[in-house]
Amino acid sequence: MPRLARLHPAAPPVGPSAPAASAASGIGRPSPPVARPEPGAASAPPRGADETPALATDDLRLSYGAHVALKGVTLAAPPRTVTAIIGPSGCGKSSLLRSFNRMNDLVPGARSTGRVRIGDLDVLDPRTDVVELRRRVGMVFQRPNPFPKTVFENVAFGLRMLGLKSATELEWRVEDSLSRAALWNEVRDRLHESALRLSGGQQQRLCIARCLAVEPDVILMDEPASALDPSATARVEELIIELKARYTLLVVTHNMQQAARISDRTAFMLEGELVELDDTRRLFTSPRHRLTEDYITGRFG
Amino acid sequence: MSATLASGAASAPIERAARSHVADRGFTVLTGVCALLIVAMVAVLLGDVVWFGAPSVTWEFLSTAPRLGMTAGGIFPALFGTAALVVLMVVALVPFGVAAAVYLNEYARPDAAFTKAVRFSVNNLAGVPSIVYGLFGLGFFVQFVGRSLDRGLGLDVTWGQPALIWAALTLALLNLPVVIVTTEEALRAVPGEMREASLALGATRWQTVRHVLLPQAMPGVLTGAILSIARGAGEVAPILFTGAAYFLPYLPHSPADQFMELGYHVFVLATQSPDVEATRPLLYGTVLVLLLLTFSLNLAAILLRARLRARLSGRS
Repeated sequence: MPRLARLHPAAPPVGPSAPAASAASGIGRPSPPVARPEPGAASAPPRGADETPALATDDLRLSYGAHVALKGVTLAAPPRTVTAIIGPSGCGKSSLLRSFNRMNDLVPGARSTGRVRIGDLDVLDPRTDVVELRRRVGMVFQRPNPFPKTVFENVAFGLRMLGLKSATELEWRVEDSLSRAALWNEVRDRLHESALRLSGGQQQRLCIARCLAVEPDVILMDEPASALDPSATARVEELIIELKARYTLLVVTHNMQQAARISDRTAFMLEGELVELDDTRRLFTSPRHRLTEDYITGRFG
Repeated sequence: MSATLASGAASAPIERAARSHVADRGFTVLTGVCALLIVAMVAVLLGDVVWFGAPSVTWEFLSTAPRLGMTAGGIFPALFGTAALVVLMVVALVPFGVAAAVYLNEYARPDAAFTKAVRFSVNNLAGVPSIVYGLFGLGFFVQFVGRSLDRGLGLDVTWGQPALIWAALTLALLNLPVVIVTTEEALRAVPGEMREASLALGATRWQTVRHVLLPQAMPGVLTGAILSIARGAGEVAPILFTGAAYFLPYLPHSPADQFMELGYHVFVLATQSPDVEATRPLLYGTVLVLLLLTFSLNLAAILLRARLRARLSGRS
């Protein structure tokens, strides 16, 4: 990638180094095993725990006006892993996801406190360049939402917005992104057709390609397969596992089988709190919290 | 109530049911006649105009100036003036109206006092009688802006008199609410997920507006623009004091010139002619041209919108 430098402008201004207190509490470092017994305490990440997490929150609180959506969430995801977030509707999983690229800013009255990190970027710092942040944090939504433009223009969109003009570079980057989203073979002859003519599953993979094109560091997915049929879902799940080789993924789902199939680690949320975060297999086979057990065995939710 | 029901219960229901059938049929006929009357009125109006106007509308009528005290000749200066007026109006109106709508819908906080003030103003602008716009245009554009320009540039009266540009700006003001409202509606109709998708890809707010929202709102913007053209082409009151001329033997060659306009020409032909009989065919012809112009503009708006919508939904 000869011109990657151009697509990766220097990291946006990062706030002054974290205040001593929160540095001591160890953002991103494995929290001491169940230091706090109440829900909200994340357990020690078993995989990649020695690495700096690709994304992390520390005591993240979020409210929309009087409604409190997140009540102090602390979690961390090691690089090149898939973390699934499960929990009943309204438990704050989407709000948590949207904290990483500050999409909550768009909601009037939304207020966050605490700390959110993408690598070493302080997300909530007012000096953080939100536009560059969102370039670094890809997002895939619940319903496929391609622009009413051609397949090619959908994938090229983010690159054009970054100021990329060279036709040849656009072409190979579009092809590369579509290949990585496992869509190239299906659309290579339809690049200049409207993206809205693709099937739902293809549209969702197009949205993934669109977000890969701007070379994000992490990818957030908000129930990416909930609007798709079973075979399209399977393809998106395969893709998620492939993408793990290069990206850190955070996937909200309310389908527990899906979480079990795709993720390395699973976080269970309830009423704005992170109840348990653990290795996926362990969380599903021997949850440590009663609430988690009740949820995964279908006693509520 | 319950007492009456109890006492008259035996026979009342049947009788009432019979009466309501009669009333029902009556109302069906009545509403049908009202609907028919509307069609009839439009038919009479159009029939009359087409029947008496069509013979006058010849190439010569469209391409020459009025002659012999407007009892002969054509309407070319009025056609040209109307076109120039409308073009200038659109150039001023659309960017301004779209910008205001984008601000209101994409940038402004909906509950802020300023936003409310702007919305209040837009709604009230829409309710102002057009003659008041004419007076405002005279007072503000002609006498204030125009004269200030003349003074500032050290000119004789050049801009400080009724002129094409001031009439166009007055009309633009009149149509501003139309463009703002239709553009805002179109922007609101763009799904929120389009904004999110664009912003999440690292597009700035302006890039999102420019490359995602406005293209999708384009059918609405065009509808507003063409509706305002159709209306602008027919409005007389706002241009009466700000630029329209009774009769001009030449075409305007600068925005500071006065001009003839179709709607005003109709008024002049109808009320100021020295020879009513000689003028009548010309009057019918002019009205027919004016109607055709506005109808075809409206039709163009509908077709254009349909095409854009089809393209946006991926059907072509």
